[in-house]
Amino acid sequence: MTDPTTKTGETGALNQPYDGAPSSTAFLDVRDLKVHFPTEDGLVKSVDGLSFTLEKGRTLGIVGESGSGKSVTSLGIMGLHRVGQYGRQRARISGEIWLDGKELLSADEDEVRRLRGREIAMIFQDPLSAMHPYFTVGKQISEAYRVHHKVDKKAARKRAVELLDRVGIPEPHKRFDSYPHEFSGGMRQRAMIAMALVNNPELLIADEPTTALDVTVQAQILDLIRDLQKEFGSAVIMITHDLGVVAEMADELLVMYGGRCVERGTAEKVFYEPRHPYTWGLLGSMPRIDREQTERLIPVKGSPPSLINIPSGCAFNPRCPYADVPKGNVTRTVRPELTAQDDTGQDGTRHWSACHMSQEERTRIWTEEIAPKL
Amino acid sequence: MTTHRTSKRRLAAGTAVVLAAMLTATACGGAEKKDDKAAASGSGFNAGIDKVANASDKKGGELKFVGTQDADSWDPQRGYYGFMWDFSRYYTRQLISFKPGPGKESTELVPDLATAKAEISDGGKTYKYTLKDNVTWEDGSPVTAQDVKYGIERTWAQDVISGGPVYLQQVLDPKAEYPGPYKDTAPDKLGLKAIETPDAKTIIFKLPTPNGDFEQMLAMPAASPVKQDKDTAAKYGLKPFSNGPYKIDSYEPNKSMKLSRNENYKPESDTIRKALPDTISVTFMANADDMDKRLMNGEFDLDINATGIGQAARATALKDHKGNLDNGQTGFIRYAVMPQTVAPFDNIECRKAVIYAADKKSLQTARGGPQAGGDIAPNMLPLGIKGSDAKYDPYEVLKNDGKPNLEKAKEALKACGKETGFKTTIAVRNNKPVEVATAVSLQNALKQVGIEADVDQFDGAQTSGIIGSPKVVKEKGYGIIIMGWGADFPTGQGFSQPLVDGRFILQSGNNNFSELNDPAINSLFDQAIAETDPTKAGDIYKQMNQKVSEAAVYLPFVYDKTITWRSSRLTNAYTTDAYNGRYDYASLGVVK
Amino acid sequence: MLAYLIRRIFAVLVMLLVITLVTFGIFFLFPKLIGTDPALYFVGKQSDPAAIEGIRQKMGLDDPILVQFGKFVVGLVAGRTYANGSDVTQCAAPCFGYSFKTEQEVWPLLLDWLPVTLSLAMGAVVLWVAGGVATGVVSALKRGSLLDRSAMGVALAGVSLPIYFTGMLVIALFSDQLGWFGRPEASFAEDPGRWFNGMILPWVSLAFLYAAMYARLTRATMLEVLGEDYIRTARAKGLTEPVVIGKHAMRSTMTPILTVLGLDLGALMGGAVLTEYTFSLHGLGYSAVRAISEHDLPVILGITLISAFFVVAANLIVDLLYAVIDPRVRLS
Repeated sequence: MTDPTTKTGETGALNQPYDGAPSSTAFLDVRDLKVHFPTEDGLVKSVDGLSFTLEKGRTLGIVGESGSGKSVTSLGIMGLHRVGQYGRQRARISGEIWLDGKELLSADEDEVRRLRGREIAMIFQDPLSAMHPYFTVGKQISEAYRVHHKVDKKAARKRAVELLDRVGIPEPHKRFDSYPHEFSGGMRQRAMIAMALVNNPELLIADEPTTALDVTVQAQILDLIRDLQKEFGSAVIMITHDLGVVAEMADELLVMYGGRCVERGTAEKVFYEPRHPYTWGLLGSMPRIDREQTERLIPVKGSPPSLINIPSGCAFNPRCPYADVPKGNVTRTVRPELTAQDDTGQDGTRHWSACHMSQEERTRIWTEEIAPKL
Repeated sequence: MTTHRTSKRRLAAGTAVVLAAMLTATACGGAEKKDDKAAASGSGFNAGIDKVANASDKKGGELKFVGTQDADSWDPQRGYYGFMWDFSRYYTRQLISFKPGPGKESTELVPDLATAKAEISDGGKTYKYTLKDNVTWEDGSPVTAQDVKYGIERTWAQDVISGGPVYLQQVLDPKAEYPGPYKDTAPDKLGLKAIETPDAKTIIFKLPTPNGDFEQMLAMPAASPVKQDKDTAAKYGLKPFSNGPYKIDSYEPNKSMKLSRNENYKPESDTIRKALPDTISVTFMANADDMDKRLMNGEFDLDINATGIGQAARATALKDHKGNLDNGQTGFIRYAVMPQTVAPFDNIECRKAVIYAADKKSLQTARGGPQAGGDIAPNMLPLGIKGSDAKYDPYEVLKNDGKPNLEKAKEALKACGKETGFKTTIAVRNNKPVEVATAVSLQNALKQVGIEADVDQFDGAQTSGIIGSPKVVKEKGYGIIIMGWGADFPTGQGFSQPLVDGRFILQSGNNNFSELNDPAINSLFDQAIAETDPTKAGDIYKQMNQKVSEAAVYLPFVYDKTITWRSSRLTNAYTTDAYNGRYDYASLGVVK
Repeated sequence: MLAYLIRRIFAVLVMLLVITLVTFGIFFLFPKLIGTDPALYFVGKQSDPAAIEGIRQKMGLDDPILVQFGKFVVGLVAGRTYANGSDVTQCAAPCFGYSFKTEQEVWPLLLDWLPVTLSLAMGAVVLWVAGGVATGVVSALKRGSLLDRSAMGVALAGVSLPIYFTGMLVIALFSDQLGWFGRPEASFAEDPGRWFNGMILPWVSLAFLYAAMYARLTRATMLEVLGEDYIRTARAKGLTEPVVIGKHAMRSTMTPILTVLGLDLGALMGGAVLTEYTFSLHGLGYSAVRAISEHDLPVILGITLISAFFVVAANLIVDLLYAVIDPRVRLS
C-alpha cells in the first residue's frame, strides 16, 4: 500500500500543491484537486485541495453534508466539469487525477470522454431525474454500451438485457422496452446500476445511490453494488451524507467539510476511533440499528459554511462544540492541516485528521464524552 | 441585470431606427430608379385636368386598374359607388350618357343606345327615345326597348336587389304601385305602366309630374337594359351580361376582375366609348400604402376607386412624379351641419357663432391642405354645378383668408343669449381619420369662444341608422355633424335637394341632417325641377343656395380635391365632373 | 384511448356549437339590443323600407334568435334555402350562410381563402421552426457570447416590430429595390414558380415574428433541459456532445415547442391578419378584416367558426401529440 503523503512529508502535505510529481502507481490517485467556480458573488471553492488514492477492488466512502464538495469531486473525476454548462471557462480546476497511470485533467476532452462510461461509470442519486424520461430504459442502457463498442443494435440489446437480468430486474426482455417512469424506485436504481456497469468499468462512482429510496430497498441496492464490485473487481467511490450507508461497505472513509478533507482512514478507524469533532457530529446524527436509541440524535448544529467565504482558521470552528477548548500555542487563524494520527488501520492505511486540538485531547473527548452517548 | 436590460432595449431601439432609415431610403430610391422612364413620359402635372393627357387612338394592350375597395355591386341596377358608375360603361350602355370630354364638358348628356336625346312632350311629362339599329348584347342579339324597360323595372325590386339609386322609381312611380319584375303578374314581366314599348325600337316614359333632370337619371347605370332571360336576380352583379365594348371574363369579389373585348359589340353604334385596350384588369388589394407604391412603380395604371394618393406616398409622389399627378375637384363638399332640433342650435345666432368661430384654414389643413384637401368653400354648392358661385361669401370666409372671426362669433353668441358659450357634441364617423381630424380642429376653434364640444365618433358603417335618424340625433344631442356629400347627378337637384329640401327628411337614411324645412327653399326646388332649360334652372338653384346659406345650418369646409395617379402608359386621360373628378374610364387607353 | 378520443371529439363538437351560438348572438342579437337592424348593414346607401324588408325576409331576421340559430345549424348539416318570395337562393351543405354583400355562399368562399392562409402558415412554419429553433439552440449553447446576445437582440426586435413594418420593409428592399422577389399574386395552380417566389417575402416576414418567439422559447427551454440530471447522465455515459445536445437535449426541448407550435398553427389557420393585409393576400385573415369593416355578418360568422374549429382541433391534436411525444402522458 503506497501512501502518497510519505513523498512530501508526514504532516500538512496533503493540502499542498504537487510540483511535477511523477505518475502514480495507485489505480486512482487524486492530488490536490481544486474545483473553483467563479460567480457574480465571488469564487466558489467547491473543492479546495483534496487528495486521496484508491486501489481496484476497494471501496472509498466520501462522507459529508450537502455542499461539502463531495459531488463536485466526482464530477471532477468524471471530467464533467468541463463540458456543457460547466464548460471550461466556468470551472477552474487544478491538481492532478491519475487513473491507471493516465493524468485526466491534462488529457484532451475526447480522450476523457472515451474513458467516461467505459472505465469510469457513475450511479446517480435520483434515478428518476437521472434517466431520460422520453427514452426506454433498455435503449438508454444499450446506448451506453454502443458508444464504446462497435456492435449492432441487437447485440447491444442482448447485453442490456443481460445486465438488467444481472441487477435483478424480473422479465428483463419485457422491461427493456419500459420507460423509467414505469419502474419502481428500486427497479430504476437497479437499471441505473445496469447502465453504469454495462461496460465493465474499473472505477464506479456512486453518488448518493440510495438517498431517494426507502430503507429496505436501500439495503438491497447496497448489497447489489457490493456483490457486483466483487464480481467485476472495480474500485468504488461511494459518495453519501449518510455514514450508515458506507458503514458496511467502505474499506476507507474520507470525511469532507467545506471542500476539504477533515478526516480520513480505514472505515474501522473512522467509525470507532474518529478524531475530528465533525465526524463525531456525523456519527451522532446517524440513526443506528445496531444499538438501542437511548438518547435523541445529536445533529451538528448550524449550517455548512459558505464556500465563497470560508472562515479563516478551522472551517468547522463556528460550529465546533469544542471551539473553546484550549489549544496551546496554535494560532486560531491558521487552518489545521491533515495530520497523520498515531494509530493506523489494520491494513496499514494511516488515519488522518485535521484539528487544532491535541490528539490526546480528542481521544479523551471521544472516549469519555462522545462514545458513551452513541 | 438592469444594465443588461437597458442595453437590450437600446439595441432594439437602435435596430428600429436603422430599419426605418433603410425603409425611407429604399422607398425613395426604389421609386426613383423605376421612374427614370416614367418621369420622362409623364404628361405633366394636371395634364388631365380640363384637357386630354396623352391623346391617342392607339388600340391594344391591357389597362390595369387597382383598388382597395370593390364595388358595392357590379349589377347596373344595384351599384351606387361612383367608380362603379364610371367603370360600368365598359359593359353596359344607357339610352343616354355623359359626353366624353374633360371637366365640365363631361356633364353634357349625349345619346348612347338611343339615336338622339329625348323627344319631350306633354309639358315635360313624356320622353320618347328610339333605339339605334346595331346595338347588341354579348351573345349578338339586339338590345331592345323591352330590355331597357326590364332593366329599369329591376330598380323597383328593392326587396330583391337593394342598394342602387331609386330616382327612376320615385319619378315614374312615386306611390310605388309597381311591385317590380320579380313579383310582376304580367306574363312578359313588363307590367310597369309608366314605360311604354310599342315596338322593339321605341321606348316612351310617362312622368306623373315633369322633372327637368329626368334625363340625368336615365344616364345612370340604373337605367341600363337587362336581358330578361339572363337575369340572375340577386346574383346578377357577379356576372352582368354585357351590351358594351367589353364583357366580364372573370370576377372574384374583392379580389380581381378581368374584361375582354365583346366581339359582338358594334363600335360604329357607339360615339362615346373609345374602347382602346384589348383587355382590362382590376386587382383589389388590401394595403393602400403598397398600392400607391406599386402605382408609382408602374405596375398598375390607375386607382379604380380614385380616392387619391394616401398620405404616406403623397410627398414622394409630389416630389418625384409630379408629371403623373392630377389634382382635381371631386365635386364633393366637406362640411359640418347643425341640426336645428338640438339646442341651442334651434337659435340661428348660435349656429352663426359656430360658423364664425371655426378656423377654416385649420380645417383645410386637417383635410390635407389646398392640394389633397381642396380649396376653402364659402358656400354649399360645388363648382361643377349650374348655379354655383365660388365668390358668394356670405360669412366672409374668403375675405378673412379662412381665419376665425372671433368678434362676430362673440356677437352672435351674445345675440343667442349664450355670451359665455355652451356645451355641445360633434358627431363624426370613426372610420374616416381625416374627418376625425377636422372634428378635433373644430373642437379647438370653438373653445376660443367658450363653446365646449365633445367629439363623438360613431360607427361609420352605420351612418344611415345613427345620424340618418333624426330621433337618434336628437337623443344623442349631436349639435354638429361632420359629413361630406357628392351629387348623384350634377345638378342642383342632384346635389342639394336631399340635403336641404324639407320634404327629404327621412326617419332613417336621412341626409337633411339640419332638418331644414323652409317652404321658400322647397318651392325653389319645385320651380327648378320643372324647368327644362338647365341654365334657367341654374339661376333658381343660385337663389336656393343663397337661402341655404342664410339659414346658417351649414359650415362648409372645402370643395374637395384629390391627387390622383395617372400612369405614364395611360392615353386619353382626363378627369370628369360627371364622375366626381375620376378619369373617363371608357376613353382610356394604354401605350403598349 | 378510443373512448378518450370519442369523448374529446364530442367535447370539441359541443364547444364549436357553443362558439357558434355565442358568435351568432354577437352578430345577430347584439345589433338588435343596441337598437340597430342587421338588415341595415346590407341595404347600401339608401335604406329603402322595401329593401330592408326584403333582406329581413331572406335572412330570416324576423325569427327569434334561437330559431335563426337552429336554422343555421341545420343548414350546416343539410344545407338550406334562403327565400324571399320568388327570389330563392339555394345554399348547399355545409351551408355556412350567404353573404348579402357579394351574393355568394360563404362555404365556397372559405374554401377559396383557406388554401391561401394555409400555404402562408405552412411555409412560415417551416422557416420559423428551422430558424428559430436553430438560433435558440446555438444561443443556449453559447450563452452569454456575442452570438447569443446579437441573436437575442434580433429576436427581441422580431418580437417587437409590427409585421406591417417588417413587411413593408422587406417589400421595399427585396421587391422594389433589389427585385429578387415578387409580390404574392400568382396562385400555385397558375404558376408554381411565381407563386413560390411571391410567397417568400410573406413567409419570411411572418416567420421572422414567430422565429423570434421560438428562438427565445428554445433558448430558455434548452438551458433548462441542459441543467437536467439526465443530460449529466448522458455525458457520464461518454456520449459525444452532438449526441447529448442533438438527441437527448433536443428531444426534451422539442416538447414545449411542439405544444406551442400546435396552438400557434391552430390560431394562424384562422388567418394571419396583418401579414395577409400587408401583402394583400386574400386569405381568411384579410377577408375577416374586410368582412368586419363591411359588416358582412355571414362571412364574419363563417370565418369565426372555421378559426374556432382550427383552434379547438389544434388543441386536441396537441393533446394527442403529447401522448406520442411524452411516454409519461396517458390519455384517459
